[in-house]
Amino acid sequence: MISKRMIEKIGFSVLGILTLLAVLPVLGIIAYLVIRGCAALSWEFLTQPPHNFLSAGGVFPAIVGTLLLTIGTILVALPLGIGTAIYLVEYSERNLFTAVVRTAVVNLAGVPSVVYGLFGLGIFVLMLKLGRSLIAGVLTLGLLILPIIISTAEEALRSVPEDFRHASLALGATRWQTVRYIVLPSAMPSILTGAILGIGRAAGETAPIMFTAAAVYMPGLPRSIFDQVMALPYHLYVISTTVPNVPEHMAFGSALVLLIIVGGLNFAAVVLRLRMRLKRMKLSR
Amino acid sequence: MGTKEVIITVESIKPKFFEKLIQNILKLTAGTTILVLFLIFFFLLKEGYGIFSYVSLRDFILGTQWLPETTPPKFGALPLIKGSLYVTVGATLIAVPIGISVAVFLAEAAPPMLREVLKAVIELLAGIPSVVYGFLGLTILAPFIKELFNLSSALCAFTASIVLALMSLPTIVSISEDVLTTVPKEYREASLALGATKWETTLKIVIPAARTGLIAAAMLGIGRAIGETMAVLMVAGNAVMLPHSFFDPVRTITANIAAEMGETVHGGLHYQALFGLGIVLFVITFIINFLTNILAADKLGMKRGRYL
Amino acid sequence: MGIKMETKNLSIYYKNYKALNSVSLPIKENAVTALIGPSGCGKTTFLRSLNRMIEVIEGARIEGNVLLDGKNIYDPEVDPVELRKKVGMVFQKPNPFPMSIFDNVAYGPRIHGVKKKPLLEEIVEKSLKAAALWDEVKDRLYESALGLSGGQQQRLVIARVLAVEPQVILMDEPASALDPISTAKLEDLIEQLKEKYTIVIVTHNMQQAARISDYTAFFLNGELVEYDETRIIFTTPKEKRTEDYITGRFG
Repeated sequence: MISKRMIEKIGFSVLGILTLLAVLPVLGIIAYLVIRGCAALSWEFLTQPPHNFLSAGGVFPAIVGTLLLTIGTILVALPLGIGTAIYLVEYSERNLFTAVVRTAVVNLAGVPSVVYGLFGLGIFVLMLKLGRSLIAGVLTLGLLILPIIISTAEEALRSVPEDFRHASLALGATRWQTVRYIVLPSAMPSILTGAILGIGRAAGETAPIMFTAAAVYMPGLPRSIFDQVMALPYHLYVISTTVPNVPEHMAFGSALVLLIIVGGLNFAAVVLRLRMRLKRMKLSR
Repeated sequence: MGTKEVIITVESIKPKFFEKLIQNILKLTAGTTILVLFLIFFFLLKEGYGIFSYVSLRDFILGTQWLPETTPPKFGALPLIKGSLYVTVGATLIAVPIGISVAVFLAEAAPPMLREVLKAVIELLAGIPSVVYGFLGLTILAPFIKELFNLSSALCAFTASIVLALMSLPTIVSISEDVLTTVPKEYREASLALGATKWETTLKIVIPAARTGLIAAAMLGIGRAIGETMAVLMVAGNAVMLPHSFFDPVRTITANIAAEMGETVHGGLHYQALFGLGIVLFVITFIINFLTNILAADKLGMKRGRYL
Repeated sequence: MGIKMETKNLSIYYKNYKALNSVSLPIKENAVTALIGPSGCGKTTFLRSLNRMIEVIEGARIEGNVLLDGKNIYDPEVDPVELRKKVGMVFQKPNPFPMSIFDNVAYGPRIHGVKKKPLLEEIVEKSLKAAALWDEVKDRLYESALGLSGGQQQRLVIARVLAVEPQVILMDEPASALDPISTAKLEDLIEQLKEKYTIVIVTHNMQQAARISDYTAFFLNGELVEYDETRIIFTTPKEKRTEDYITGRFG
């Protein structure tokens, strides 16, 4: 008969092996991508526009486009998101309006990105006549990451001890002074972590910008917010599926650059969060 | 002492006015979320309702032929809906058991160092863009599966399911792990004190106690899989036909919108039909979201933001 | 001695639960009034009603009047923000803000419009001296307040309140998280402060109430049982319930 101890050992071992089986191959594939991509990376690849129907040259306009899109996105989403979170945590009462806002946030988070693309096409590109443009893409992506910003900011604000608020109010500070000088400074690092995660998401999205902003090919950089832009994720999609005869290393190179941008952002967020956790541990000691 | 000046006066109206102003601005900001959700639905309807005067809702959903280029064009979305169904079911069957197993391992058995490292890795995996997953599926996974099963083409529902499963794993693992760690320590201790092993405690106490949260985790993962676009567009094979097995190529609702929107004329039937698909998708995800929420709103609570 | 504050038939509800039942109590000027009673008796609720901090708690509802210098502070035209400048509060747990010692004390004056650095420095020094903390922290004003000991933190919080120049200071079991030495220092401080301020202190420590207060109010189950000079309450209480509590027959 197998003892209880043996069953326990076997059970947890199986789970452990499953975990490694789930994680290691993905890491292996990504390592493979990094190796293949590194071979394609060169100064020229990073600084030149593509030529010969995307089959040669570099990805410079796509990098710039992606950076512009992400910067614009955060400019749209951060004020709206933080404002909403502040309202929900610091001002809202238990009433219908608050309940509806919460439901809206949760449901916005569940809307598929391609539907955001349709929405952006309908409202920004066509109705507001912005055309396929940087600004239309930025607005679409901004709304897409809004729920992420709201939820993370809300969590950050709630983690500020209620004691601080009471102390400030008891000193005769107004609600807003309390938020502005006590709550926000304490919550800011966590809010920024959420913002970085949001940016990372925006940088990698493809479907929402396909109909609203992205160009298959642009000879130069966009000159205004009403120009179309190239974007790395869309570029990767185009060269790996719809354009024939693109050498594979071009695609691996593009994928790696995209991964570095997005991974870098996520990594920054993880490090920031870890540092805060350590700091909090020190303080509570 | 009673002769002191009256100390409570409305000393100045201005700060009060400023406070009110700020509060109203913030309220307005919060209100935009409602507006946006409403506008999304409104625009889907506005741009898409026209299709339902061309085909009935019933024929749109149950029609088996999606032929936007023929004369007259046919808009039966069943192949696409079935495509989404195949891929999502496949991904769920793979991702949910593995995801929960991984979560249980992390929460109950992994040494602290390993747990922190794995959690960080999984968080990073969650951040990889879907187009990169699609690209890797296309260039690495598909050729591998083609060899393995000796297929003529590996761009099919099966491959798409695997890619989607990998993509929704981080969501499922992170939430499940969180849910498991919130099971009160007292439950575990009580069970261990009765002579149960940690394994028995995990199976009989911890997992049942975390049940609703785990289901919610799985549902959020499913929600992600249904809405996923780029990866399935790249690896599912893209054939608009009714699938009969997991090794048939399929096209999902999302992939179809992405693939065909470029060819449409604004306001044309095809354009309207794609927005019609958008409505179907919106309603499906809305329902999943709704169910997840009534199931476990309190369990997920604030933490949701991390997994979006 | 004049009456600084006074409650008249004050009742407070949390949702449907009546936490305070028709309490009428005078608060004498430049004296220490102690509120005693078992936990849950409503003494903290009463305290929080004196500077309208009760309104911060969701679902709280107030009936009756609270007068400050004869004016009802719950009058609709009274701004709670203005009121709280005059009626300051020290909480149970020391709660310095996560900023420097200087910024903690300067926080109140700053939000009330003091911008000039020399004036702020003067206020900070004065307040820290009044809170008997100056000598201990004068060399590290710009270090984090979180590095102070619990007792120092509580005196810092008092300095922070003094910097706003209140007339009344409410203290909610200010010594409950402190060691005996810090507690003794705090009690000395309260003794000094009453020369300039009116002080209301909630305490569960009977000896402390007897040591530092001039007047004592005994609360039980949301009702004011007895109020009198402290020496009378502790020697010849009129109510049997007061006597039982003081001699230790309640928890």
